[in-house]
Amino acid sequence: MASTVFRALYDDDDILMHAVKKLRSEKYHIEEVYTPFPVHGLDKAMGLADTRIAITSFMYGCLGLAVAITMMNYIMIQDWPQDIGGKPSFSYLENMPAFVPIMFEMTVFFAAHLMVITFYLRSKMWPFKKAENPDIRTTDAHFLVEVSVGEDEEALKELLLDTGAVEVQVPKK
Amino acid sequence: MKYTFSNRLKIGSFIAMGLGLLMLAYGFISTPSTPEEAVAMVAAAHDHGHGHGGHGEEAGHGDSHGVTSHGEGHGEHASHDEGHGASHAEHVYHQLKNRPWSALYVAAFFFFMISLGVLAFYAVQRAAQAGWSPLLFRVMEGITAYLVPGGIIVFVILVLSVLHFNHLFVWMDADVVAHDKLLQGKQGYLNPTFFLIRAVIFLGGWIAYRQYSRKLSLEQEQSDDNSKFKLNFRISAAFLVFYLISESMMSWDWIMSLDPHWFSTLFGWYVFASMFVSGITVIAMVIIYLKSKGLLEQINDSHIHDLAKFMFGISIFWTYLWFSQFMLIWYANIPEEVTYFVTRIEHYKLPFFGMLALNFIFPLLILMNSDYKRVNWFVIMAGIIILFGHYMDVFNMVMPATVGENWHLGIPEIGGILFFGGLFIYWVFNALTKEDLVPKRNPFIEESRQFHY
Repeated sequence: MASTVFRALYDDDDILMHAVKKLRSEKYHIEEVYTPFPVHGLDKAMGLADTRIAITSFMYGCLGLAVAITMMNYIMIQDWPQDIGGKPSFSYLENMPAFVPIMFEMTVFFAAHLMVITFYLRSKMWPFKKAENPDIRTTDAHFLVEVSVGEDEEALKELLLDTGAVEVQVPKK
Repeated sequence: MKYTFSNRLKIGSFIAMGLGLLMLAYGFISTPSTPEEAVAMVAAAHDHGHGHGGHGEEAGHGDSHGVTSHGEGHGEHASHDEGHGASHAEHVYHQLKNRPWSALYVAAFFFFMISLGVLAFYAVQRAAQAGWSPLLFRVMEGITAYLVPGGIIVFVILVLSVLHFNHLFVWMDADVVAHDKLLQGKQGYLNPTFFLIRAVIFLGGWIAYRQYSRKLSLEQEQSDDNSKFKLNFRISAAFLVFYLISESMMSWDWIMSLDPHWFSTLFGWYVFASMFVSGITVIAMVIIYLKSKGLLEQINDSHIHDLAKFMFGISIFWTYLWFSQFMLIWYANIPEEVTYFVTRIEHYKLPFFGMLALNFIFPLLILMNSDYKRVNWFVIMAGIIILFGHYMDVFNMVMPATVGENWHLGIPEIGGILFFGGLFIYWVFNALTKEDLVPKRNPFIEESRQFHY
């Protein structure tokens, strides 16, 4: 059954990396890895798909740019044209250089904030949410790997201890 | 592994040099010999539909001459109706005479600027003791080898300007200065002797650093401790201080003083960004070329990726400086400042805005995607566009002051690019054959080998 998972705890990121590579080469399915800090190269070792957050960031930036142009066009050209420094405000294009800083800032603002919000939502995080990590030690000095069990439970237990796990948690039957 | 200069590339560079030389010579021969001839030539060009506007009505014409700083020397004539025709002919004559010189100067400066930009990048890597880049050092040293011939050629052009072989720099003309209060005020700095002394100091400093750092870099290979490496780190840090000051002053002297009434405080940074991005682009292109020959196999896609990130980042930095300079002047709208952009937008609309598209929008959209930065041929294509864009950048800095509205991207200009491009390729790849392409005793070499993203 795919629902049974073993939890193996490691106390070093290098050992963790080797263990993850070993498990993958033995065709075990890694459900999730909990680490106290980002481990460089772990996503590649786990075979995770590339993040698509960059694409959303680009789209949010375009949205911010569009909002800035619409907003400045309404405020400064249509609703209340003002003569600032002898620049007649009757055309957006002619006054464009003055609006470039705002266009830039809004692009960055939208891209950055919406990207963070997207990341939180995608990671199913919101305020007051209860932490999901199965073992409190993963916030301190331990790395936890969740592996779904195949046919042979003993072999997996053996393998996990072999890869240098300091502890293997087996769920009660 | 050593690089051997492939015959095809060598012959190609010689052909480019020869062809460029012929085209430049044609440019010099085809200049008018009298003011009357100059006016006739411009009129003929107009009949063929090559006009750039501004020649239309006499009134508009007088205006545009009033605003160009180049026209200042002739300014008092322009206000007199009777003197206008003669002074106009004289003016056009000088501009047409200047054209091959400007074509020569823009191309000479552009390729010199590339190697100077690479030198700055190299010094930054040394001073930062960067771990990713030591594998690229021999390539950078090869490109900076061009600093010596390139610098000497630019210097010779400047000396010829001082000796009045051309009229690129109006402030060198004693007659113009005699009628110009502003130039008289600047004489303490802008005078031919001090100008050449400064040029010698700048070039001397850059070339001295380049040769000494290269020497230490090679000695480090033979040494059994890291003392040469440490010394190289110290002189590189010191050089960067000298470089940032001298580069800024160089850009005032060699480019900004072409429009001697106009000044911008961030001009030095703006020129720096241009040379930095061109230099980094050339590093990436040379490496990809050498990799295609089966050399430098230790330089992986992550190194190329990093160089492409720099190409992307510095392109945006360049735009930031370009825009900072433009927006303040546009907004303040002070006559003596705004003339600079008025002449460019009136007579150089396509190169002025075209270069902005090539140098900003193009790299922004093309090099944004992380995966594309690892595709080598993609980096080459983007690099060619960026280099052309920055050639146009230099073109826009120089031409409006020297040839005014009589600009073309014709035979002498292309000849200049071919000649200096050929010389650059010959010199750089010849320097690359001199030493092993991979340094071995650099303390960070292993980190550079293991570099991955």
